[in-house]
Amino acid sequence: MKIAVCIKRVPEMDVKFRIAASGRAIDESGLKWDMSDFDGYAVEAAIQMIEKLGTGDVVVISLGPDAVQEVLRKALSMGATRAIHLKAGDVPFDSFSIAAALAAELKDGGFDLIMFGKMAIDTAAGAVGVMTGEMLDLPTVHACSKLDIANGRGTARRELEGGAEQVTFALPAVVTIDEGIARPRYPSLKGIMAAKKKPLETRPAQLGAVRVSVAAMALPPERSGGRIVGEGAAAVPELVRLLQTEAKVL
Amino acid sequence: MPNVLGYAEVRGGELRKIALETTSAARALADSLGGEAHLVLAGAPGAAAHAGALGEHGADVVIVTEHAGLAPYNPEALTALIADRARSGYAAILVGASARGRDLAPRVAGRLKAAMLSDVTTLAYEGGTYIATHPTYAGKVHATIHLTTSDAPAVISLRAGAFSAVSMPRSARVETVAAVGDPNAARVQVTETTSADSRKLDLAEAPVIVSGGRGLKAPENFKLVEELAAAFGNAAVGATRAVTDDGWRPHSDQIGQTGRQVSPDLYVAVGISGAIQHIAGMRSARTIVAINKDPEAPIFKVADYGIVGDVFEVVPALTAAIRELRAKA
Repeated sequence: MKIAVCIKRVPEMDVKFRIAASGRAIDESGLKWDMSDFDGYAVEAAIQMIEKLGTGDVVVISLGPDAVQEVLRKALSMGATRAIHLKAGDVPFDSFSIAAALAAELKDGGFDLIMFGKMAIDTAAGAVGVMTGEMLDLPTVHACSKLDIANGRGTARRELEGGAEQVTFALPAVVTIDEGIARPRYPSLKGIMAAKKKPLETRPAQLGAVRVSVAAMALPPERSGGRIVGEGAAAVPELVRLLQTEAKVL
Repeated sequence: MPNVLGYAEVRGGELRKIALETTSAARALADSLGGEAHLVLAGAPGAAAHAGALGEHGADVVIVTEHAGLAPYNPEALTALIADRARSGYAAILVGASARGRDLAPRVAGRLKAAMLSDVTTLAYEGGTYIATHPTYAGKVHATIHLTTSDAPAVISLRAGAFSAVSMPRSARVETVAAVGDPNAARVQVTETTSADSRKLDLAEAPVIVSGGRGLKAPENFKLVEELAAAFGNAAVGATRAVTDDGWRPHSDQIGQTGRQVSPDLYVAVGISGAIQHIAGMRSARTIVAINKDPEAPIFKVADYGIVGDVFEVVPALTAAIRELRAKA
């Protein structure tokens, strides 16, 4: 079993972002970075599959500047077998060109399963995984909250509006991972030491033509909240009055 | 040909609100391009009945495909259908960013070698460039993104609730086309579908959402939230990530950066502290009410109206007041 997991390095979200002087990006100074949440679930799920089978490889792939090697090393320290860095000056805001570069790398890799997080939590586009599956012309399942692989087939559960569905498909396949699959482990000291010796290859990302660009980034207007109507159940009549007469939502 | 192709989502035989939003957005974009708005309406036999509603929301042409294999969400068959139609020449393809649309749109873009804008909240076309707003970084930064393409249509997915469904006195021409390939031969087969209670309103469509968090203390106390939602009569029930992670509610109910992003007219947050992760999913609600015992809870900073107090006292009182109000109406 050979599994590829595509991962993205993203900044922590629990901060007040500032806009860079260019007006087209966030100011990255002082931000902490990590693997995107959903990508972490995918890495963990892949490692668990290989551990269960007792054999196989987990290859982690990340596209971007040299700094993405941090998240590749983290995945290696969790238990991935080897890493590929697709080098690009910046990660473009163009899902298609990223998917094209990943598909070019994955095409002849002989992978049984290719995994993604369902979206990167920074740009929150959620398009690259499915698009890559389409480019590779493989069965593709988006946003799996459960995944089982056995005897060359996969079964997965997807949560949709108004219910959930269970699907089945043959390998090789592409899946994107939702919450609920696996909580990523913390790398052990032994894992961190081992990761230093695991192979990490670097080659240029074949991004092709980039057709989408960021013209501006801005902070949305703050909500002017903060009005406390009152305390306890006694405040309910006043709340209802405000919802009727001021907010006009009742 | 500067025409716009839209996808009108049908689920469970019913036309979804997002289908009408997509139709009206396609109408507006077609007007700026000087072309027509064409909508793909695909589903089980009977789907054609919705063509009229699409015309009344701005479609010039409704392309109807009926096939039993299109009754469940069938992304492979829909991708084949939309891509086949798109090859006859369209400037842009619009898909509503529901859970299904978020899956469908990138498939269509990949198939057509098309550049894509995801989950946009505004859309315009000026001088050969599509200009859109996309909320990023947990909704805390708004990116203005440009797409310029000459070799393939632009594929654009639209955030639910961000584009208004506008009714207009028009009627559409209806074209009936066959499915492309065999919809029953999809490589990914649905073996089981569990539907949520069909009486339950969808989070993307409900004008009112009542959401619960850890402040409810135990899963069984979610009935307080459900009763308040029932009192409104037009409300859906949501939850925070903490609550869905703990299995109190299904993941599909999660509102937040990593879950659903919603924009209802009224959002009532019950026992929710207001983590950034949660606020990213509901900050675009028109009116926000928060009920929490901790006056320092960050939810009060985004709430238009707050009540500081015990949710076990305040929520039943609010439920009773809303019931009484609706009984009078």
